[in-house]
Amino acid sequence: MMSVTEKDIEKGSVADDIIYRLDHVTKVFEGAQKVVALDDVSLSIKRGEIYGIIGMSGAGKSTLVRTLNRLEDVTFGKVYFEGRDLTGLKGKELRKARRTVGMIFQGFNLLSQRNVEKNIKAALKIADVPKDKHNEIITKMLKIVGLEDKRYAFPSQLSGGQKQRVAIARALATDPKVILCDEATSALDPKITAEILELLKKINKELNVTIILITHEMSVVEAICDRVAVVDNGRIAEEGEVKELFVNPRSDAARKLVYPENAGFNLFDGQGRRCVRLVFDGTEAKEPIIARLAASKGVEVSILSANTKSVGGIGFGQMIVALPENEIQGNIAIEYFKFAGVYGEEVSEKSKEVIAWQE
Amino acid sequence: MAGIDWSFIWEGFLQTMEMVVISTVLAYIAGLPLGVVLSVTKQGRLAENRAVYNILAVLVNISRSIPFLIFLVLLIPVTRLIVGTSIGTEATIVPLTAGAIPIVARMVEASLEEVDGGIIEAALAMGASKWQVITGFLLPEAVPSLIQGSAINFVTILGYSAMAGFIGGGGLGAIAYQHGFIRYKTDILIVTVCILVIIVWIGQELGLKIAKKVRR
Repeated sequence: MMSVTEKDIEKGSVADDIIYRLDHVTKVFEGAQKVVALDDVSLSIKRGEIYGIIGMSGAGKSTLVRTLNRLEDVTFGKVYFEGRDLTGLKGKELRKARRTVGMIFQGFNLLSQRNVEKNIKAALKIADVPKDKHNEIITKMLKIVGLEDKRYAFPSQLSGGQKQRVAIARALATDPKVILCDEATSALDPKITAEILELLKKINKELNVTIILITHEMSVVEAICDRVAVVDNGRIAEEGEVKELFVNPRSDAARKLVYPENAGFNLFDGQGRRCVRLVFDGTEAKEPIIARLAASKGVEVSILSANTKSVGGIGFGQMIVALPENEIQGNIAIEYFKFAGVYGEEVSEKSKEVIAWQE
Repeated sequence: MAGIDWSFIWEGFLQTMEMVVISTVLAYIAGLPLGVVLSVTKQGRLAENRAVYNILAVLVNISRSIPFLIFLVLLIPVTRLIVGTSIGTEATIVPLTAGAIPIVARMVEASLEEVDGGIIEAALAMGASKWQVITGFLLPEAVPSLIQGSAINFVTILGYSAMAGFIGGGGLGAIAYQHGFIRYKTDILIVTVCILVIIVWIGQELGLKIAKKVRR
């Protein structure tokens, strides 16, 4: 036991603020057709943060999150949890490690034949929590998730949001350091999703539980994540602060997530005009920049689409504008945006090339 | 109807119930664990083990394919070893149980397969051992389906018990055959068959009712 830890320290895998470190994790599913689900994934997750893993379905994010509690074995690479390599753990040691990592699922995965109380009790029993403490813990957990009155209800009598709250209470009951969320809000409507995310955020803040969530929805990441990794085709396409990803998505996969085509964001106006995407990082968004451009320079641009949202408490927004057909006027507009300190990029319809600038 | 010896019929009823209830219970004592092992050792399951699964599956399939009447005869030496005799109601319990075990095992296997895999995944994520997953998650979730299955098995075993007469066992089936059919006592035939129908009906309905009641 001790020697394993020491060896890991020597390897430099222990850093106090890092709770998870993935080192070249690769997962290959052997079968009739060989599938590389994870391809050389390396990342670090900090203690106490809310870390998002986002990707389209089939990108490998479900497999990735399952390597974190080894529901999925890795083919190559290491998964360090608190400096300890999970890939080498066996039997009892592995089960003990899993008890410090809670998990919630898209399908809730509650015992349908047991009431709320007994669902939570099941987790306590597995974690060998002394029996005389069960009652007190269950009461406390139900209070945190706001379901005190549903203690003796069966899952079939609960709504989707309530079921997920029970699952959160169950995951939290054994006092885990991390909660893994596997598409935990994907089966819920937007209002309930917001409530569940709010609850997760509260748990993260008040109980200092690290939260790792996987999702295919950018809105979930924007709502609560501190940092995010974009998974595409089994690889990390890019990783970083959510704000950074939103303002300046560098990879194709990230761009697709930030500007989903079905959300009405089209970088071309269809008439061959030069289009520019402007991104506001919270300071300029309030300024009526388009109006000032028209007033001071006499250049009028048309807004093709606009979208502003709050990310991490700061107002963010983006706008697609079509420039005037007159090339000089168009250049004036771009210079004006640059001067105003707005991040933006011009899109050429012919070459589909993106020319970005940033002040 | 006036000529029917009701105490004789009653005795047959008790013998049938004795055989069927004891055999069903014994078959579950062996068949339930066997069904669990079959279910969890299957490919992609909790405790995948190809060797164990294949051996058990072959044994179960073979024993299920043998007609029960032949089973009765084949097992005579075994019955004699266990009960001391190979004739009579008690002696029938041995082949009845042996014949029912593979049927019970497959029924249990099917019930466990209905359990949502996500629940098993959740249990594993909590750090449950395989034993804890089976006893704390898999079996409790399958209870309504297991009860429903047990009613079906009870009826199957009841049907088998009618053949007990061939090795000198008693019960309603034997009465129906030996007295009703062979000796042309149509009234006895009708009465015994009616009672069997009622037992089947009650057993089936009771199973469904209980399953429905416990299902949440």
